Amino acid sequence: MKSSRARSIAANSAIYVILSVMGILWLIPIAWLVLISFRAEPGAWTPYILPQSYTLDNYTRLFTDTQLFNYPRWFMNTLIVAIFTCVISTVMVLMTSYTLSRLRFKSRKGLLNLGLILGMFPGFMSMIAIYYILKAMGLSQSLLALIMVYSGASGLGYFIAKGFFDTIPKALDEAAIVDGANQNTIFWQIILPLSKPIVIYTVLTSFMAPWVDFIFVSVIMKDNYNNYTIALGLYQMLTRENIYRYFTQFCAGAVLIAIPITILFVIMQKYYVSGVTGGAVKG
Amino acid sequence: MIELEYIDYVTLSPLRRLFYRLSQGIRHLPRRTVDLAQRTGGRIRKRTLAFGRAVKSYGTIFRQGDIKTRLSYLVMGAGSFLRGQVAKGLIFLFLQAAFIVYMVTFGIGQLALLPTLGIATKKEIWNEKLQIYEYIQGDNSMLILLFSVVTIFIVFAFLGVYLANIRLAYRNQQAAGRGEHLPGIVRDIRNLFDKNLHVTFLSLPSLGIVMFTILPLIFMILIAFTNYDKSHQPPGNLFTWVGLENFRNIFWSNPTQSRTFVGIFQWTLVWAFFATFSNYILGMILALMINKKGIRFKKFWRTVFIVTIAVPQFVSLLLMSRMLADQGAMNVFLGYLGIGPVPFLTTALFARITVIVINIWVGIPYTMLITSGILMNIPADLYESARIDGAGVVKTFTHITLPYMIFVTTPYLITQFVGNINNFNVIYLLTGGGPLSLDYYQGGKTDLLVTWLYKLTVNNQDYNLASAIGIIIFLITASLSLLVYNLSGSSRKEESFQ
Repeated sequence: MKSSRARSIAANSAIYVILSVMGILWLIPIAWLVLISFRAEPGAWTPYILPQSYTLDNYTRLFTDTQLFNYPRWFMNTLIVAIFTCVISTVMVLMTSYTLSRLRFKSRKGLLNLGLILGMFPGFMSMIAIYYILKAMGLSQSLLALIMVYSGASGLGYFIAKGFFDTIPKALDEAAIVDGANQNTIFWQIILPLSKPIVIYTVLTSFMAPWVDFIFVSVIMKDNYNNYTIALGLYQMLTRENIYRYFTQFCAGAVLIAIPITILFVIMQKYYVSGVTGGAVKG
Repeated sequence: MIELEYIDYVTLSPLRRLFYRLSQGIRHLPRRTVDLAQRTGGRIRKRTLAFGRAVKSYGTIFRQGDIKTRLSYLVMGAGSFLRGQVAKGLIFLFLQAAFIVYMVTFGIGQLALLPTLGIATKKEIWNEKLQIYEYIQGDNSMLILLFSVVTIFIVFAFLGVYLANIRLAYRNQQAAGRGEHLPGIVRDIRNLFDKNLHVTFLSLPSLGIVMFTILPLIFMILIAFTNYDKSHQPPGNLFTWVGLENFRNIFWSNPTQSRTFVGIFQWTLVWAFFATFSNYILGMILALMINKKGIRFKKFWRTVFIVTIAVPQFVSLLLMSRMLADQGAMNVFLGYLGIGPVPFLTTALFARITVIVINIWVGIPYTMLITSGILMNIPADLYESARIDGAGVVKTFTHITLPYMIFVTTPYLITQFVGNINNFNVIYLLTGGGPLSLDYYQGGKTDLLVTWLYKLTVNNQDYNLASAIGIIIFLITASLSLLVYNLSGSSRKEESFQ
C-alpha cells in the first residue's frame, strides 16, 4: 500500500514537471509577443533575445502614426464588417440548420447531400470568381463586398447547429401544434429560447471570422488600403519593405486584438467543445 | 479472415476489434464497390424514367387542360389570372416578361459566344481624321464565361417557374372543376409561415449559397478546361476551351508541372499523416495527464493551453516564422548555447520537420479539448483489470486507451486528416511554402496542394492550372469522406445491434 502511494506521488510529480515544461513552451511565443510589443528598438531581428529598453510608443504610434498604416480605421472597418457579418450569418445559419433539422419536405435529403459535397471543395478555389462577380456588381474593394463574402454562403455552415437542433425532442413541436401554433411561432417562441448555447456559439464564431481571415480580404481589397481589415493590415506590416520599421508595432497591434478574441474564446470554449464533438465524433 | 458472430466479436479486445473491422472493410471492398456502382446505376435509371414520366405528364396536362390551362403554356400566369388569382397571375406574367427581356437584350448574345469564348481581340486602329490610334474593345472571354454561367442558371430557374406555372394552372382547373374556392395570395403568404416555412427560411441562405459558392464553383470548374493562364489574360487576350489538356499537363505531358504535382502531392499526404497522428496522440496524452486523478489545478492547466488556441493563428504563426528565421530569436538563443544557426525554415528537410513540430504547438490544445470528454468515458473496469494483470502505464495506453479512442473517434480522425490536407494557415504563414525549389513549377518544398493552388491563383494568375488542382483536391477529399461515411455507417449498424 505504502509503495503504491509513493509511486503515485512520484508519477504525479513527474506529470507536474512535464505539464510545467509544456506550459512554458506553449506560452513562450505569446510572452515574447507581449515583450516585443513594448520593445523600444526597431527591427525584426536583434542579436539578443530580451529587449534592451521598454516603451509604450508602439501602442501610441498605432493610433497616431496613421499615414501608411491606419490602425484605428482598420479596427473600425473590421468591427463594422464583423457586426454585420455576425447578424446576417447567425440568422442564415440558424434558419438553414433549423429547416434541415426539424422541418420535413421533399428535397431535404438532396439539399443535405449537396451541402456535404459543396463543403469538400477547397474554399478559396472560387475566390477569384467571387472577386469578378463582385466586380460585375460594382462592389469590389468595398466593405459591403466583404460582408457579402463572409456572410453570403454562411448557410453552408449548418452542421454544428443542426446537430444541436436534432437533439431537441420532436414532442415539443407536436404539443405546440396541438395548442394551435404554426411552424413559424414554434421556431421563434419554443425552439429558439431553448437553443441559447448554439445561438451564442454561432454569434461568437461568425463575429470572430473577419478578425482572423486575411485570405479573402486580400483578394477582394487588393490595394485599397483604406478598406483593409486588421488581419490584412497587420500582415502588410511584415512585408520585406516594412518589417524593420513596423515589427514592434505589429506586435502591439496583435496584442490589442488578441486580448478580446482570447476572452471571447475562453468564454465560449464549452460551447466549442460540445459543438465540435457533437458533430464529428460518433461515440 | 472469417466473419464472426456478434457474440464472438464483443469478446475481442478493442484493438482486435479495430483490426477485425479494418480487415472486414478491405475484404468487402470489391463487393461494396460493385454495390455502389449498381446502386448508382439503378438510381440513374430511376431518375431517367422519372424524367421521362415528368415530360410526359406535361403533355397529358396539355391534352386534358381547358383553354385557360393551355394558355398558361404560352402566357405564364394565365391559369391563375383568368381564375381570379390576380396577384399570383401578375407575378408569373412579370417574371416571364423580365426573362424574355433579359434573354433578348443580353442572355442569348452571351450564350452564342460560349462555344468559342469570344473571337475578337482588342485591336488598335489608326484613325486618319484624328491622327491617333484608337482601341476597339474586343471580347472578354472571362466575362463571357461568367455571364454565360449566370444565364444558364437563370434559364434553369425560369424553367422551374414555368413548370410550376403549368402545374398550378392544372391544379386550379381541377379544383375549379370540383367547385372549390381557389386559395388567394393571402392564404399563400400565410402558408409560407406554416406549411411552407422551409421555403421562407431557405430562400435567403440558398440565394447566398448559389451566388457565393455554387456559381463561382461552376465557373472555376469550367476554367479548368480552358487555357486561362498568365499569357491569356482578358481583356487584352482571349482564352478558349482546351479540353483535358490541363490535367494531361499535370499528370504527364508537362515534366516540370507533373514533377511539381507529384512532389507536392506526396508531401501533402506525408504532412497530413504526421500532422494528424502527432496531434492526436500527443494531445490525448496531454488530456490524460491533466485529467489524471490527483493532479490539481486542472482548470489552470487547461486554460494555459486554451490561450494558445485563442490567439489568432495569423498572429502566432507569423511571429513564429520570424522567431525561427535564420537570424531570429531561436537561433540567437541557440547561439548562446554554442549551437550554430539552424536553417529551420530555409532547407527542405528542416522546414518540413519544423512545420510538423509547430503544428503540434497549434493542434495539441484542440485535441486536448475535444478528447477530454471521451477519455473520461472509457469504462473504468478496463483499466482496473489491466492493473490487476500488472500492465504498466505505457502498456495501458497502447493496449486500452489508444485502441478505444481510435475505435470511437475514427470519423473525427478522418475529418482531421482531410482538414490537414487543406491546412492552409500553418504552411502559408510559417514558410509560405518555401524553401522554393527550381525543380518545381511555382512551388516550394513545404507547399501543400492548397497553398500551391493559392499561389498559382494570386501570384501567378494560372487560373486554369489552379482550378484543375482544386478539382483534384476535391476528388481526394471526397473519396476520403466517402470512406468515413462507410465506416461510420457500419458503426451505426453495430449500434442498432446492441
